[in-house]
Amino acid sequence: MSDITRLSAAEQSVLLESREISSVELTKAHLDRIAETDTDLGAFLYVSDDALTIADEVDSARAGGVALNPLAGIPVAIKDVLCTLDMPSTAGSKILEGWVPPYDATPVARLRDARLPILGKTNMDEFAMGSSTEHSAYKITRNSWDRTRIPGGSGGGSASAVGAFQASLALGSDTGGSIRQPAAFTGTVGVKPTYGGVSRYGAIALASSLDQVGPVTRTVLDAGLLHDIIGGHDHHDSTSISDKWPSFADAARRGARGESLKGLRVGVVKELDQPGFQPGVTSLFHETLTMLAAEGAEIVDVNAPNFEYAVAAYYLILTAEASSNLAKFDSVRFGLRVTPSGTPTVENVMSTTREVGFGAEAKRRIILGTYALSAGYYDAYYGSAQKVRTLIQRDFAAAFAQVDVLVSPTAPTTAWKVGENLDDPLAMWLSDITTIPVNMAGIPGISIPIGLADEDQLPVGLQIMAPAREDARLYEIGAAIEALLDAKRGSTFSSLTPSRAGGVI
Amino acid sequence: MARDALMDFDAALEKFEPVIGLEVHVELSTKSKMFSSASNVFGADPNTAVTPVCLGLPGSLPVVNREAVRYSISLGLALGCEIAETCRFARKNYFYPDLAKNYQISQFDEPIAFEGSLEVELDNGDLVTIPIERAHMEEDAGKLTHVGGTTGRIQGAEYSLVDYNRAGVPLVEIVTKPIYGTEARAGEVARAYVSTIRDIVRGLGISEARMERGNLRCDANVSLRPRGDEKLGTRTETKNVNSLRSIERAIRYEIQRQAALLDKGIAILQETRHWHEDSGTTSPGRPKSDADDYRYFPEPDLLPIRPSRELVDELRAALPEPPAAQRRRLKAEWGFSDVDFQSIVNAGLLVEVRETVDAGANPQSARKWWMGELSRIANETNVEPASLVTPVQVAELQSAVDAGTINDKLAREALAGLMANEGTVAEIIEKRGLTVVSDDGALIAAIDDALASQPDVLEKIRSGKVEAAGAVIGAVMKAMGGKADAARVRELVIERASA
Repeated sequence: MSDITRLSAAEQSVLLESREISSVELTKAHLDRIAETDTDLGAFLYVSDDALTIADEVDSARAGGVALNPLAGIPVAIKDVLCTLDMPSTAGSKILEGWVPPYDATPVARLRDARLPILGKTNMDEFAMGSSTEHSAYKITRNSWDRTRIPGGSGGGSASAVGAFQASLALGSDTGGSIRQPAAFTGTVGVKPTYGGVSRYGAIALASSLDQVGPVTRTVLDAGLLHDIIGGHDHHDSTSISDKWPSFADAARRGARGESLKGLRVGVVKELDQPGFQPGVTSLFHETLTMLAAEGAEIVDVNAPNFEYAVAAYYLILTAEASSNLAKFDSVRFGLRVTPSGTPTVENVMSTTREVGFGAEAKRRIILGTYALSAGYYDAYYGSAQKVRTLIQRDFAAAFAQVDVLVSPTAPTTAWKVGENLDDPLAMWLSDITTIPVNMAGIPGISIPIGLADEDQLPVGLQIMAPAREDARLYEIGAAIEALLDAKRGSTFSSLTPSRAGGVI
Repeated sequence: MARDALMDFDAALEKFEPVIGLEVHVELSTKSKMFSSASNVFGADPNTAVTPVCLGLPGSLPVVNREAVRYSISLGLALGCEIAETCRFARKNYFYPDLAKNYQISQFDEPIAFEGSLEVELDNGDLVTIPIERAHMEEDAGKLTHVGGTTGRIQGAEYSLVDYNRAGVPLVEIVTKPIYGTEARAGEVARAYVSTIRDIVRGLGISEARMERGNLRCDANVSLRPRGDEKLGTRTETKNVNSLRSIERAIRYEIQRQAALLDKGIAILQETRHWHEDSGTTSPGRPKSDADDYRYFPEPDLLPIRPSRELVDELRAALPEPPAAQRRRLKAEWGFSDVDFQSIVNAGLLVEVRETVDAGANPQSARKWWMGELSRIANETNVEPASLVTPVQVAELQSAVDAGTINDKLAREALAGLMANEGTVAEIIEKRGLTVVSDDGALIAAIDDALASQPDVLEKIRSGKVEAAGAVIGAVMKAMGGKADAARVRELVIERASA
C-alpha cells in the first residue's frame, strides 16, 4: 500500500477488516502526515498521544474476533468546539486556553464507543464566528488546496485536515455554513444534519437554535458512515429528535448504484443563483444541472422571496443568542482569569477577563446581540428576525411541495486569499448567503465537490438541501452525483489535490 | 448606616393608603434539579451536588425535570390559576457570580400558570381574597458567602465563596397583583398569605417550605399613595424576609419609612431593599447595574412545554382539600374550641399539629407540644418551631408518654435529645436513661422515707386531707431524679399513708 491516507474511510475499513493493514499503521500514517504537513497547514490545535493506544486496542479486539463498527480503528479529527475529556477544548478562544472539560460531547462519546482513535482537535474561528478560520485566537489555518488561501470557516481546521489527508474523517459544527462552506473551499464533503439530528450536548454553543454538529469527509459514503455513529436521540439535548433514523451509509450506497436521479425533481433556488456569484462557480453549477437533466432529473426553478432577508435576520438571531451563550465566560468557574491591579471587585475581574480573553469578532457579535435584545429594541430586531425565520421556513415548505431536493452553489465564490476580507466583516458575513437559509429553517444540507473553477482552479461545491428529517435523501442524491462525476472524471475528486511545493502531496 | 426617619404607623395610615404586592419563591422538593440530574439536597458539602449543567460549563445543556413541571401545575391549580396550554422558558440575562451561566432560565411572557386567586384567613377569622397574577417555573441561583468585612455582605468583603449546590434547584415564583384595601392589616394580610401558601405546598407535598432554609422566600413590594389618589405610588421591593413574623414587620417598617419621606416631599426611590432581622429595619440593596434590562428571550435550548389537558385534569383531581375547608373539618374532628383552634392557625402551626395527629398523637397532646414547649423554645432561640423537630418525632415522644415509659418532665429531656440529633426517641430514652422507675419497691422505699421525715403531712393524709400528699409526691419525685410516674407515686403515697 503506497499511501493509505489517500484512501477513503470506507476503503480503509475494508483493509482493516481484511487485516491488510492495522489500525496502528493507519493511525501512525495519519499522525506522520500531520507531523509533515501541519506546520504550514495549521489544521490542528492539539494532537493526541492517545490515538495509537486506542488503535492498538482496536487491533487486539479485531484479532480477538470482537464485532466492530465499520469505522472502528479509523482515526478521526474533532473540531475544537466539541468537549473532549482528555484534550483541551478551547473553541479557538484565548478565554478557554488549556481548559480540559470533565466530560465528552455526545458525538465524541459515540465515536469513542465505536472505537475511533481521536487524532486531536482542529482549528476554528473563535467560537465558530467567522468564515475563514482567520479569527482563531491561536493561528490561521490554510487551504489544503492552496496554502495562500483561506480554508473557509469556521471549521477550516477540520476541512483542511481532511482535504490534506491528515484524516479521512472529521467532525465539524455548522451554525450558518461552518461545515458546508469550508467543504466547498477545500473540495471535501460536509453535511449539516437536520436540526436535532445530532446531539449538541458538549458542543460549545454559538447560537443554540442554529448550531448543528456534522461530518466532514472526502466522500459521501464516509460522511454517511460517520453520521450513522454520531446521530440519533440524546436525552441530554432537549432539542434532539427522538425518531429512529435510517442508515445514511445505506442511503449513500443506494445512490452510488445509480437510478436515483431518474425522475428526481431538482429545484434551483433563483435567489441562490445570482449574477454576482463568481463566474466559474456559476458555470460549474449549471454544468452540473445539465448533467442531472441528462440523467433524467427534472430541473425546476423555484422562488424563495424571503431569502433576501435571511442574512440580516440570521445575524440578529445569532448575535442575540451568542451574547447570552458567551456570558458564562466570566473567569469564575473555568478558563482564563485576568485580575487587574489594585483591589479589584468581581465585576472588574469579569470585565477585564472578557476584555482580554475575547477576540474582536466575538466582541463585535456580543455587542450587537446585547443591543438587539435590549428593552425597546427587542421587537424591532430579535422579534422581526424570528418572523423572517418563519417566512424562510414557509419558502422552503412551498419549494419542497414542488421538488424533492433543492440545489445551489455552496458558496458564491471559491476560497479567497488569506487576509483578503479581514478588514471587511460585512463581506465576510455575506459569503454565507447560500448556506444560512438552511440553518434558519433547520433543514439538512450537504456540500459535495463538483469541479474546479475556470479562473482560479479552486474547488467549487454543490449544496443539496432536503426537507427536515430527510437527511437520507441528501446522502442518496449526493452519492449519485458524486459517482456520476467520478465516472466522468475517471478518478475521485480528492485525487486532483495539487502537489504542494516541496512535493509532499 | 443612617437611621431612617419613621412616621407613626397610625399617622401614616391616616395620610396614605398602602398597596402591597408579594412575590413568593417556593423551592420544589424534587429528587433532582430543574434542568439537570444533580441531586436536590440541602446541606451537602459545597459544590458536591452539581453537574456540568449546574456549573454552566461550556457545551452543557438543560433538560426539563418532568416532576417539577407536575409540581408547578399542581401548585398553579391550588392557587386557582389557569394552566397554560403551551408555555416557554426564557433566559433572564444578568451577570452575577452566583448565576453560573450569567443567565437564569425562567419564564417571562408565557408562565405555566396565571390568573388565580387565593382566599386567606386573618387572625380574627376574616377572609381576604388575594389576586394572583401568575406562577412561573425557574431555577434557583447558587449561594454566595462573603468572607472578611463586618457585614457579611459583598461590600467590604475580602473575598467571596460560591456554592453551586443550590444552583438549578427548581423554583416556582408566585406573583400577586397589587393588593388594595388592606390598610392597617397590610402586614397581617401578607403574613396570612405566605402562611397559606406554606400550608398549600406542604399539603401538596411539593416543598419542605421551611423559611429559615430558604425553601420559601418572600419579597414584599410596598407603595403608598396619598388618600384619594388614583395613581399608585413608587414601590420598593424588600428581600431577605425569612420568617412569617418578619414579613409583617418589614411591611410595617416600609409603610412608616415611606410615609416619613413622602410627608417631607421626598420621592421614593424604586429600589430593592434588604430586611435586617436583628435591627428590624430595611436598607437599600445593591444598585442594579443593568438597570433592570434582563434582555429576556425564549430559551433556545428547551422546547415549549405543552401540558396535556389529561395531565391537568389528573392533577386537579388529586388536589388536597383547600386550607379553609380543611380547617373547618379538622376543628370539628378534633373537637377544639374556636379559641384553641384559631390560636394554632395564628401561630402558623396547623400543618405541624395535623401531621403530628396523623402520626398517631391525640389532638390535645399535639396541640400542647407545638403551642407550648416547642413554641417557647422557638421563641427563645428565634427560629420557627417547625425547624426544631418533625411532627413524627413529636408523635413518637407523645406515644412514649402515653405508654408510661416517660413522664412529661422526662419527655422534655428527650425533646432536647431530639433537637440535638441524638437519635430516635427510643434511642434517646435508652442513652439518657430516661425511663420512669416502675419498680414499686424502690418507690415505696422513697415514700416511706419521705413520710417518716414529714410526720405532719402523714397525719393530714390520714385525716382525709388527701391534697396534702403533694408535698410527699414532690419529695419522692426529687429523690427519684424525676424518673417516676407521678400518678403511680400518688397512688402509692395514699396507700402507704393509710397502711
